[in-house]
Amino acid sequence: MPALPVGAVLPVRLAPDRLLSTPGEAVDPRDPQVVQLAADLLATQDAAPGCVGLAAQQVGLAWRVLSVDVSDHPKARTQHGAFVLCNAVLVEATRRERGREGCLSVPDLTGDVKRARRAVVRGLLPVTGEPVVIETDAFEAVALQHEIDHTDGALFLDRVAGAHALHARQTYR
Amino acid sequence: MSLLAVTVLGHDRPGIVADTTAALARLGGNLEDSTMTLLRGHFAMLLLVQTAASVTDVERALQGLAADGALAVDVREVPDAGAPTTASTGAPYVLSVHGADRPGIVGGLTGVVAAAGGNVTDLSTRLTGDLYVLLAEVALPSGCDVVALEQRLRAAAEELGVDVWLRALDTDEL
Ligand SMILES: [Zn+2]
Repeated sequence: MPALPVGAVLPVRLAPDRLLSTPGEAVDPRDPQVVQLAADLLATQDAAPGCVGLAAQQVGLAWRVLSVDVSDHPKARTQHGAFVLCNAVLVEATRRERGREGCLSVPDLTGDVKRARRAVVRGLLPVTGEPVVIETDAFEAVALQHEIDHTDGALFLDRVAGAHALHARQTYR
Repeated sequence: MSLLAVTVLGHDRPGIVADTTAALARLGGNLEDSTMTLLRGHFAMLLLVQTAASVTDVERALQGLAADGALAVDVREVPDAGAPTTASTGAPYVLSVHGADRPGIVGGLTGVVAAAGGNVTDLSTRLTGDLYVLLAEVALPSGCDVVALEQRLRAAAEELGVDVWLRALDTDEL
């Protein structure tokens, strides 16, 4: 990852905010506003306990920018650390398995979603615009697909596997 | 022998399932399909019981459940159609809808499905904060124009200001 400016922790939009349903516009990864957003996504994600990814829609911009960081997550195998991708697309997805997903923008619900456990994602790095191909598996693959969905204006709610596959999040207070 | 549908509805407490099923067992009832759920502390259960006992016998056996007024019990004979019903044979799809809560979401979207000859086989909805989520499993008749149905669903969703997705329900055969 190229060096980024200092990021700000931004408020996270919650469903049913319509911005979360808005497909993102392709961005110029060298645009200073995009570079700042990249830094802000990582800072915001870092500040939320257990958060492994974020997309521009969640902080109020319908742009195709996402961040992922599954470092040291117990369900992760291959991991690329903390990174931001612009204009990311899923080019290969295999070995679909069901898992339970949550989302910072849907704080009260989790859902059973089937996603590929092996994925190849193409995108551009912020700052340099360098094209990258990320080949990954397990949790990082799931996180990338979840965030790419966000940049398409979709939530995990749109992929829940059946009428009874949505669950109230257990909260311990 | 006849097939009876027993509905138990009311304020939740520990032991409703145990009390109901024990009373039915004492009558020699054979529990077939059943479903139970809790909606915000409200208990709802539907049981299909194969039994030689009459509706009146079963009502009497379950009287104790309804005694304090917290639960309502309904018993009625239903035709034994066998499984699975013809209504649920069709291509299975999952309809998911979410958006800001407002009246008419469930009726609006399931109405579009019904107009296409689709049958809702399972449904759940949730309201958390201002977010309303509807998930329905629907069986679409053979020959159903799914693309056209999706267009009509999207049009109805747009009018309601919600998002809608229709996806084929995939089953893993293991
Ligand atoms: Zn999310």
